[in-house]
Amino acid sequence: MNGLQISYFEASARKRLSELVDAGSLVEFCPPEMRQTSPHLAMLDAPLAFDDGVVTGRASLSGHKVLIAAQEGRFNGGAVGEVHGAKIRGLLDRALSERPAAVLLLIDSGGVRLHEANAGLIAISEIMRAVLRVQAAGIPVFALVGGSCGAFGGMGIVTRLCTEVVMSEQGRLGLSGPEVIETVKGVEEFDSRDRALVWRITGGKLRRALGEATLLVDDLIPAFRTAAAKLIERYRAHPPVPADLDELLGAQAELTERSVRFAAARDGREIWQADFAEASRVPEMTVAEFNALLGEAA
Amino acid sequence: MNGQTMYDRLFGADAHTLVADGLFLHGTARIGTQEVAVIGTLDHAAIDVSIALRIAEAVLHVVRDDAADGKPPRPIVFMADTQGQALSRHEELLGLNGYFAHIVRCVDLARRQGHRLLTVISGEAVSGGFLAYGLMADRICALPKSQVRVMDLRAMSRVTKISLERLEELAKQSPVFAPGAENYWRMGGIHELWSEDDDWSACLAAALGKVASSDDRAAIGLERGGRLLAAPTAQLVANP
Repeated sequence: MNGLQISYFEASARKRLSELVDAGSLVEFCPPEMRQTSPHLAMLDAPLAFDDGVVTGRASLSGHKVLIAAQEGRFNGGAVGEVHGAKIRGLLDRALSERPAAVLLLIDSGGVRLHEANAGLIAISEIMRAVLRVQAAGIPVFALVGGSCGAFGGMGIVTRLCTEVVMSEQGRLGLSGPEVIETVKGVEEFDSRDRALVWRITGGKLRRALGEATLLVDDLIPAFRTAAAKLIERYRAHPPVPADLDELLGAQAELTERSVRFAAARDGREIWQADFAEASRVPEMTVAEFNALLGEAA
Repeated sequence: MNGQTMYDRLFGADAHTLVADGLFLHGTARIGTQEVAVIGTLDHAAIDVSIALRIAEAVLHVVRDDAADGKPPRPIVFMADTQGQALSRHEELLGLNGYFAHIVRCVDLARRQGHRLLTVISGEAVSGGFLAYGLMADRICALPKSQVRVMDLRAMSRVTKISLERLEELAKQSPVFAPGAENYWRMGGIHELWSEDDDWSACLAAALGKVASSDDRAAIGLERGGRLLAAPTAQLVANP
């Protein structure tokens, strides 16, 4: 750590990794030297990356062994193709034999890579099942969402399957991106260029208020590191157990309640108004203030 | 073919009590002597929060009822017919991805409780709507004329800036991006394609007998030659 405040949002996947884990501890699996590139991008004369847009490896974080994957949002929007998806799935499979303290997924992805859409869709469903297997084995999986592509499409579902979801205010989480909705349904439905609106629908504070994100942190790599380290400690004491019937009936009731309570809502403001005395101040609140007020509200 | 005719062909005319409630389908049926629960969507439903909640609830109720009765867990047949996720600001605001993840967790609970899980694609299976439950089953079968895709080639051409003619030409050689149940079969994403001439109820019974709870789709894709890199790449990372 060099004392500079490093924005998680601005950093590349490799930069995030290097600052997140203990210095020099990262051992990469299927590294760029192996040049496991996408033949499907090559077939379409599209640019390639030697890591196919995702770094996978083992590292230590505060001395604890973790397996970790980091998607590179600058390459094809972090989208999941055959090789990219298989690397993440392989990492999750590896967790079953290596039994790390946690698996960390640094998600920065618009979802399926259209150039290899069928492979990407199947790969994401394989990742979903693998995340559940790892959790069922008592190993927590943490999603970190704070990159420029957010977590959308199938990766938005994967994120919500994780044991914990750490987000920054700048992070975005959803299923269909604003651009897709605008293209299909029109600008009146969702103006994707209205950045404040996009943020109020998909951003970290909204997701945290709804409980979709479990922790909101500042847009700094050390803040994500601190949060991950705390979560690792917490889950070492209490490993995750797969959801049973009662827990899922409870989740069903909560999700139903949310859909009834906000049956007509189309803007994050309506959700903040329900949670915060001074809803109009939410956008300008610091993360610390927001978390404190949310704690009081809860 | 209307829904009723299709359900009759699948389960036998007198062997099911399937109820369509809007775009949501549920009920029980018999496959041979085996009672199964049926849960799904119809008319190319766009899966929104309300349908997602109904699917999840139906899965939970099957698990709950079988456990309460002390019965062996019934198989669950998912009838998948979806144009994808509902596209709206309201649905996104509520966190539709989280509602889909909830379905996935419920399906996973059913699997862990010993319910065999089978999907029959009966119309369209598209993108997020397919991911939410159809793709989570242990064995996935497609009726003839099923449309399976992420995006049609015209839209893909617009987004990727690759000409439609080029995409159509390449789609003849590669199963990797173009719509089609056959492409998904080659890649291991669909286990069985049934034809118009098949006896669907016999197919269904046979498929139910082949359900395995492990996820072997990458290996199947390799064996069928449609997805050559997924299995070896996962292996490189999992166990180098």
